[in-house]
Amino acid sequence: MKQQSPLSNQPLRSVVILVLLSACLLTACGESENNVQSGNRTGTLHWGNGTEPQSIDPHIATGVPEHHIIGALMEGLVLKDRDTLEAIPGIAETWHISDDARIYTFNLRSDARWSNGDVLNAHDFVWSWWRALQPRLGNSYAYMYFPIANAKDYYQGEIEKFSEVGVKALDDLTLEITLENPTPYFLQLLDHYSMFPVHQPTIEKFGDADERGTRWTYAGNLVSNGPFKLAEWEINRSVVVEKNSFYYASEKVKLNRVIFYPTENQTTEERMFRAGQLHYTNDVPIDKIETYRAAEDSALKITPYLGTYFYRINVSVPHLQDRQVRRALAMTIDRALITDKVLKAGQIPAYAMTPPNTLGYYPPATLSFDPAAARQLLADAGYPNGEGFPVTEILYNTNEAHRKVAVAIQQMWRKHLNIEVKLLNQEWKVYLDSESNGDYEISRAGWIGDYVDPNNFLDLFLCDSGNNRTGWCNREYDQLVLQQAPRAATHAERLAIFARAETILLDELPVLPIYTYTTKHLVKPSVKNLGSNILDQNYFRDIYLQQADN
Amino acid sequence: MVRFVLGRILQAVPVLLIVVSITFILVHSAPGGPFSADKAVPAEVLEALEAQYNLDQPLWQQYLSYLGDVLRGDLGPSFKYPGRSVNELIASGLPTTAELGFYAMLVAVVIGVIAGVIASMRPNTLQDYVPMSVAMIGICMPSFLLGPLLVLIFGIHLEWLPVSGWNQIPGDKILPAITLGTGYAAYIARLSRGGMLEVLSQDYIRTARAKGLSEFIIIGKHALRGGLIPVVAFLGPAFAGLLGGSFVVETIFQIPGLGRFYVQAAFNRDYTMILGTTVFFAALIIFFNLLSDILAIWLNPKLRQQVRGDAE
Repeated sequence: MKQQSPLSNQPLRSVVILVLLSACLLTACGESENNVQSGNRTGTLHWGNGTEPQSIDPHIATGVPEHHIIGALMEGLVLKDRDTLEAIPGIAETWHISDDARIYTFNLRSDARWSNGDVLNAHDFVWSWWRALQPRLGNSYAYMYFPIANAKDYYQGEIEKFSEVGVKALDDLTLEITLENPTPYFLQLLDHYSMFPVHQPTIEKFGDADERGTRWTYAGNLVSNGPFKLAEWEINRSVVVEKNSFYYASEKVKLNRVIFYPTENQTTEERMFRAGQLHYTNDVPIDKIETYRAAEDSALKITPYLGTYFYRINVSVPHLQDRQVRRALAMTIDRALITDKVLKAGQIPAYAMTPPNTLGYYPPATLSFDPAAARQLLADAGYPNGEGFPVTEILYNTNEAHRKVAVAIQQMWRKHLNIEVKLLNQEWKVYLDSESNGDYEISRAGWIGDYVDPNNFLDLFLCDSGNNRTGWCNREYDQLVLQQAPRAATHAERLAIFARAETILLDELPVLPIYTYTTKHLVKPSVKNLGSNILDQNYFRDIYLQQADN
Repeated sequence: MVRFVLGRILQAVPVLLIVVSITFILVHSAPGGPFSADKAVPAEVLEALEAQYNLDQPLWQQYLSYLGDVLRGDLGPSFKYPGRSVNELIASGLPTTAELGFYAMLVAVVIGVIAGVIASMRPNTLQDYVPMSVAMIGICMPSFLLGPLLVLIFGIHLEWLPVSGWNQIPGDKILPAITLGTGYAAYIARLSRGGMLEVLSQDYIRTARAKGLSEFIIIGKHALRGGLIPVVAFLGPAFAGLLGGSFVVETIFQIPGLGRFYVQAAFNRDYTMILGTTVFFAALIIFFNLLSDILAIWLNPKLRQQVRGDAE
């Protein structure tokens, strides 16, 4: 007979008590304000920022998450209108452009200050730009300075004196910049973080000016000139910036703090948004877009983005050397089907590399979806009805959206051209390695513009461009982009030269343009004055939170 | 005992050396480098970067200089975060991971031991089957499934708990600790049930029952110490496993711990960070294995005698 002890149920009882106690605690937690509610009350914006920033030194950083943080902390000579992207005054109050469009004279505002109260003047820009052009610093964006006279030669060591570079402080408040050639997008470049000024005494306090990765960018050390100053930076947790009282327009800055969260996991980020932990998400998981759209949820914001999703073709692969084959492949991609049925986030079918209306430029319309003509081209190339066409491989980096697009294209080519395509996915760095070594046949790629100008898309495919990676080289194309376009007398003439270059590119097709990107964010209704532009650029000095809307 | 501990520490040195060497070879032979990027890095920049991180030297020279640095306790600069050292990054992530591991272990031990003891008290009855079936489900359910499930229920639908973060919002440690601890709780439940069943069938327990002692005293005072030996032996490696294996939970809940650094380092080919964290985790596993051996010896008189005998 089993003995029934009066204490035998003791553990069970403890468990029940523990569960009840936890439930009480949990309920208490549920009653507290979430981040969005408390943020709306205190003027704190909770911002999903993608990945953890690697560096916030504007002359070292690369990447969009870094851009957001640096944009809150620092400011260049000009800003851009958040909707039209027209240059508007920043640290420079006014500017004058010479008749030949080569000399820019900037008049700096007299009330510009660093976050420690030091005066910011034209000499700070000269020193900062000298620093940005030091090869030892390893500035990946040094090429942003190359429109300036002699900047490229100085960077490459062909001239030694920085005084020969076209940057001069005429006095404390006047900066003169001389360009190599008229550059219509030059003002835009000045709002890129790689051209922001840095505080010389702070940098020199923590190391050499051209030393990479010193501690000057740490919280407590960093001195900046933007609407916010760095308060905290805990790796993989958050970067906190607070209003900078020395900023010349600080009375117009309505946010008190911005907290940037590293949110590389999109699914977690979306859950954080739903739980009221974020005001703004960096992205939206592809499988959630339809749900938000179906619910007509106004939180979902989709905006066209200055970027093109495309496939590179390795033109050294024997069966892809024939231009007719490449054209047949391009003409059997039903781009509208991919954007409408596969991706469903408002992407725009792309039939050229440069997105339409890039600084008034519209690419030539020489490509279309035409399976019948494509079959004929393939037959002309020696593969009637796809017979004898070797099995071809599409390489992409491991990602669900890339896989879906590749599967769709695989089916389209099978259906329209009767050719077999294999898919190969590789981890990001392995994929980069394969692509740059030319170890692929067709490879997925994407390009996001740094500034709004066709040049930013067309110079990818110059013969010696590190971003070309297709093996394609056309001297006439190089001549148009490198020699003729910079010397064009008018903007219209310059655009016409780009159109001629892009016609060559679309005729030769070392790349298959697929779609123009869109940006996707979830935004709480309390967030006001966000930018809506093709660079997805926001100015935190303008954003404010309306307390009534959660 | 001192000789036993010293012997084990000496054994650890060649193990760590092998770990460093194999990891060094593996990271350097993996395709893709730390500075490869979608946007081509200009040749001048690449040169400057490689010179700064000594990647322009022959591999054997890099290996020897790395070994020298490790001996001095310097794990080198991170390639991904300019200006931050690997030591600094490990020091910033370790407290969070250790705290997460501690809470997860607490969840695992409390739930696991209670469930195991309850099951062992009435073997082959409903009181045994229910907790053991739940334990089996717990073992089978991966944290990448359990985590989002708990988040959906307690974070999104009930709005009781934060869905991510660590030490930022009240209650944000509960779901990660439960997610990480559940699998281990299930193991501990099965181990403690097995251990307890063996002990409860011993003569001295029968004697205690014959003397009329209450079931609470029998279990709490006499059976638990012997019955939990398998659990104790499991705790050391389990804690090291919790620390090393927390990256999934850290990623799901956006926790700034060491596990996340480890995974990010591998994706970024941050050579020094991969090496540093691997060496660190290897040392940790060795340490916790040693600790659990010492505890097992302390709890088990037979083993204690054996160690003493070996020493003599």
